[in-house]
Amino acid sequence: MLLATLVVVSLIAADLRFNSMQSTRSVLEVVVAPVYWLADLPSRIGQWNQAHIKSRGQLLEENERLGRENLVLQGRSQQMASLQAENVRLRALLNSAALVRDDVLVAELIGVSPDPVRHQLVLNKGESEGVFVGQPLIDAQGLLGQIVEVSPMNSRALLITDATHSIPVQVNRNGVRAIAEGIGVLGFLEIHHVSATTDIEEGDLLVTSGLGGRFPVGYPVAVVSEVERDPGQAFARVLARPSAALDRTRHLLLVFTAQPAEGE
Amino acid sequence: MIERSPHSYWVIPICFAVAFVLATVPLPKWLLWGRPEWVALVFIYWAIALPHRVGIISAVLIGVLLDVLEGAVLGQNAFALVVVALLALTLYQRLRVFSLWQQSAVVFVLIGINQLLCQWVQNLEGAGADTLFFLLPAVSSALLWPVILHSLRGLRRYYQVT
Repeated sequence: MLLATLVVVSLIAADLRFNSMQSTRSVLEVVVAPVYWLADLPSRIGQWNQAHIKSRGQLLEENERLGRENLVLQGRSQQMASLQAENVRLRALLNSAALVRDDVLVAELIGVSPDPVRHQLVLNKGESEGVFVGQPLIDAQGLLGQIVEVSPMNSRALLITDATHSIPVQVNRNGVRAIAEGIGVLGFLEIHHVSATTDIEEGDLLVTSGLGGRFPVGYPVAVVSEVERDPGQAFARVLARPSAALDRTRHLLLVFTAQPAEGE
Repeated sequence: MIERSPHSYWVIPICFAVAFVLATVPLPKWLLWGRPEWVALVFIYWAIALPHRVGIISAVLIGVLLDVLEGAVLGQNAFALVVVALLALTLYQRLRVFSLWQQSAVVFVLIGINQLLCQWVQNLEGAGADTLFFLLPAVSSALLWPVILHSLRGLRRYYQVT
């Protein structure tokens, strides 16, 4: 009994204080991976049903809709080329480094942390696909989080809303820098230490600032939803809603930046 | 030591495997806080029924696996399960003769302790819950206890696990 308690307490200490259990964890992760696969099976079957059992009418309708959507997107992307060229020219004028387009890897969600306080996802891509600790994770709308654990076939990502996660951001409108911290509630981020006079308003888009070297610059993170300036407080209280669909996406993108950030 | 029947080698691990799956199945949002502690429930049953098979050592192993599964601090659930195991192992003779609702009450307390300990370790990490909802699993687990008891007992008798 005493021995078991000792073992367990030292485990907690080792993991919490010294971060030394990373390798053990990734080995054990392989053992429990089938559990995630099994737990995910019902929704997978549901998806299969949705994809394969569809009426002709539905398919036609969907095809038409996609065609329209494609046309709109194509129209927009015509301008993209010239805009991009212009951007490169301007960057050259400013003497800044060329913007490297980031490579992405599509990953599928196979599990979420069962604990409501812990905002973590399990993905079906792992070390064998080149996923690394600290890799940014995005979806179609914005930044989701980063990879915190890698095992050979799976990886585990920490969402930006987790209470242990913070991310350097800047206001897209004017470049004001801030740190957005998760508060353990899905759908909210808190921007800390914003002085009462800072120019930040409801509706401002927050994008990654790239400071800290972990996340690439310019991915949308959240939209400011509430600014409370209390004269009695040193700092304004700012809440933001994450842009990414944190609890609804199934397919996610792992971003490979030009230089992978060094893992801790 | 009691002679071990061939079934006892796989029935108990299978039970825990099923509990692991149930513990990770995605739930709708409103049910999320009330998810019963399946693993702890199954553990309590086997600790009461076969204390010579399932004890402190299994508590550590199962707890660590659950930690990896939940992405929790390594040792969090192990710590909580060891304490639950200790309590279950000291109480098992009394628990066996309790009526069903009395057992449910004890399960409520045991799972409650389990949740409190988990919460305590999570707070060390800085990821604690800010509501008392984390105690809801104790209620749902206590309500589920009769089902668990009867199904696992049926399983144990059918396969004569000793």
